[in-house]
Amino acid sequence: MTDVLDDARDHRHATAVRLTEVTKTYRAGTVEVAALRGISGDIPLRSFSMIVGPSGSGKTTLLNLVGCIDVPSTGTVEVCGQRIGELKDNALADFRARHVGFVFQNFSLVPVLSAYENVEYPLLLIGVPAAKRRERALAMLEAVGLANQSRQRPNELSGGQKQRVAIARALVKEPSLVLADEPTANLDTETGAAIIDLMHRVQSQFHTTFVFSTHDPHLMSHADETFVIRDGRLVDHKAGAVQ
Amino acid sequence: MSLLFKIAFRNILRNRRRSAMTGSAVAAGALAMLLFGGFTTYIFAGLETNNVQRIGHLTVFRAGYFLFGAGNPAAYGIDRYGEVMKLIGSDPVLKPMINVLTPTQSLVGIAGNFSDEVDASKTFLGVGLIPSDRDRMRLWDQFEIGAARPPDHRLSDTEETSGLMGFGLARILGLCARLGLADCPPLPDAGRPAADITAAVDPDIVGLARHETSTEVLSGAPQIQLLAATAGGAPNVVSLSVNGAEPQGVKELDDNYIAMHLALAQQLVYGRGEHKVTGIVLQLHRSQDLQAARARLVSLFQEHRLDLDIRDFSELTPFYGQVVRLFSGIFLFIALVMSVIVLFAVVNTMTMNVMERTNEIGTTRAMGVRRARIRWQFILEGALIGVAGATAGAILAVGIASLVNGAGLTWVPPGNANPSPLYLYVFGRPGLVIGAWLGLVLIATLAALIPANRAARLPVVDALRHV
Repeated sequence: MTDVLDDARDHRHATAVRLTEVTKTYRAGTVEVAALRGISGDIPLRSFSMIVGPSGSGKTTLLNLVGCIDVPSTGTVEVCGQRIGELKDNALADFRARHVGFVFQNFSLVPVLSAYENVEYPLLLIGVPAAKRRERALAMLEAVGLANQSRQRPNELSGGQKQRVAIARALVKEPSLVLADEPTANLDTETGAAIIDLMHRVQSQFHTTFVFSTHDPHLMSHADETFVIRDGRLVDHKAGAVQ
Repeated sequence: MSLLFKIAFRNILRNRRRSAMTGSAVAAGALAMLLFGGFTTYIFAGLETNNVQRIGHLTVFRAGYFLFGAGNPAAYGIDRYGEVMKLIGSDPVLKPMINVLTPTQSLVGIAGNFSDEVDASKTFLGVGLIPSDRDRMRLWDQFEIGAARPPDHRLSDTEETSGLMGFGLARILGLCARLGLADCPPLPDAGRPAADITAAVDPDIVGLARHETSTEVLSGAPQIQLLAATAGGAPNVVSLSVNGAEPQGVKELDDNYIAMHLALAQQLVYGRGEHKVTGIVLQLHRSQDLQAARARLVSLFQEHRLDLDIRDFSELTPFYGQVVRLFSGIFLFIALVMSVIVLFAVVNTMTMNVMERTNEIGTTRAMGVRRARIRWQFILEGALIGVAGATAGAILAVGIASLVNGAGLTWVPPGNANPSPLYLYVFGRPGLVIGAWLGLVLIATLAALIPANRAARLPVVDALRHV
């Protein structure tokens, strides 16, 4: 673990996420399952970071902790300088609303809202005035190439279009951190590639930190930082992609 | 808030069939409550109207009459009742409230028909009244249910010896044919006295009756003799021209009832002594003034040191209270059953909605939506289903009530003998409509609270993992 941290230290500049001896244990009936076993490391600001590893290695658990939707059993998670374990539920929700965007594998758009309304939703949560909301939501839809589909509901969009809306929704509030859990898993190769290109482009444009959990080699190849996890442990962390 | 409404409304439309079924349960609840509520309201209004037309809102008695006077009405007469009536009628507080102020005399005695073909007698319960006041009282129809009755020309202020009797009493006295009553069988042989019934009566009393019979005016109306004890205890007999019979709602009353001019009743009870009355009836313009009028009477009597008692129509006719309690109980039962149905329907629907949208809950929570907003989201959906269902039910109830009210249906209300128009009094009681509507919306909202709380408490990670 010390070697991993030493490697990582060279690449560290400003930190978006700092993990210190993080463990996460789930209880399944009487059995306790350790999903994470003491992970430490920093995710640099404005990076395109990947958490990779085999199924069941703890990628999604780690992403949940980084995304402030779960709390560690022990250890600390700092996101943008804020220790998430210190926040109560409402404060944590408000923190997510301001600083964290999510892109899910299954898109997870609100089905009864149009593409525009889905993108506008996060701005409502942080109290952006109506005119500004409209301006930013439309600009973001345009940025992901869906200006003409703004009135369509999710069921009227293709998989790729849904994921574009999800990306727009995640980015519209200009968060410090965007987390994407297997964002290309439900897309065909061509669409997946297009989505990766889009995320790379908007990351450059908005200078947002992206953290991915993925199996997709094509996505992994775009990594600025790669964290390799196995059996709940961080086994490798290096700049650039892992081959 | 507008986004909450938007999401709630669209989700209701998204699950159209489910929402429609749940809304239908709410609508059925509203329909049942409003139609039955409208029916009971009409029954209460009808009963109240009937009572107020007969005995007014308030009756002033001499103290003790209410508890003991039925056994000996003559002993509980109000002295100088004219002055008491003047005191009441000229009071500046009471005057604008009063529609009719009239004296009555209750009495008990024996009625006999000793004409050639029949020798029959029967105890009776009599009431002496002013016919023109009775006619005015019968016009009272505050609730506008079409219950105002035309003047009854069979009783007249100028014909002091005329009277009416219960249908049953006319039958018992063998007056069916003479009065031309339909569905009224003649006295069977077994019902006739085997011998002269007067043999069992004091000869002096028989003599009095014979005297009255011999002096009767030979008009078309049959004559009967009324025998009663005067206030002094002496027997007294008067002759009554029976101008008609009208059925009473209760058989005991129907077999005993006689209405006559106040003067005749007073003559029978008080003879040549001071004429008193057993009651002074106040019919008010509006039932809402009853308590105020009663309170004013109490203070007026205290001020003038009058030993008088005041009773309202519900005290004098316990049947009214019994019917009100019975129908109120049935209404409460129906409301309770409907509320439980609505509760379970909404809980079931909202639980299914929460289950189906667990992943959506996780997503929005991850985006930064607070627990409270998730809770409100589902509560709002339950409330909207409640609003839609209760509104539909209320509109349907008003429509059905209009149809029924316009259909000209009739029925015989409890305690009545004659058919009355059947109305569903939904419009006339905004409190019922608003109460049922609000109640059902509240139940739907509260029912949604249970699944809404469950949704709000879902751990974000578990919700996102839900498939």
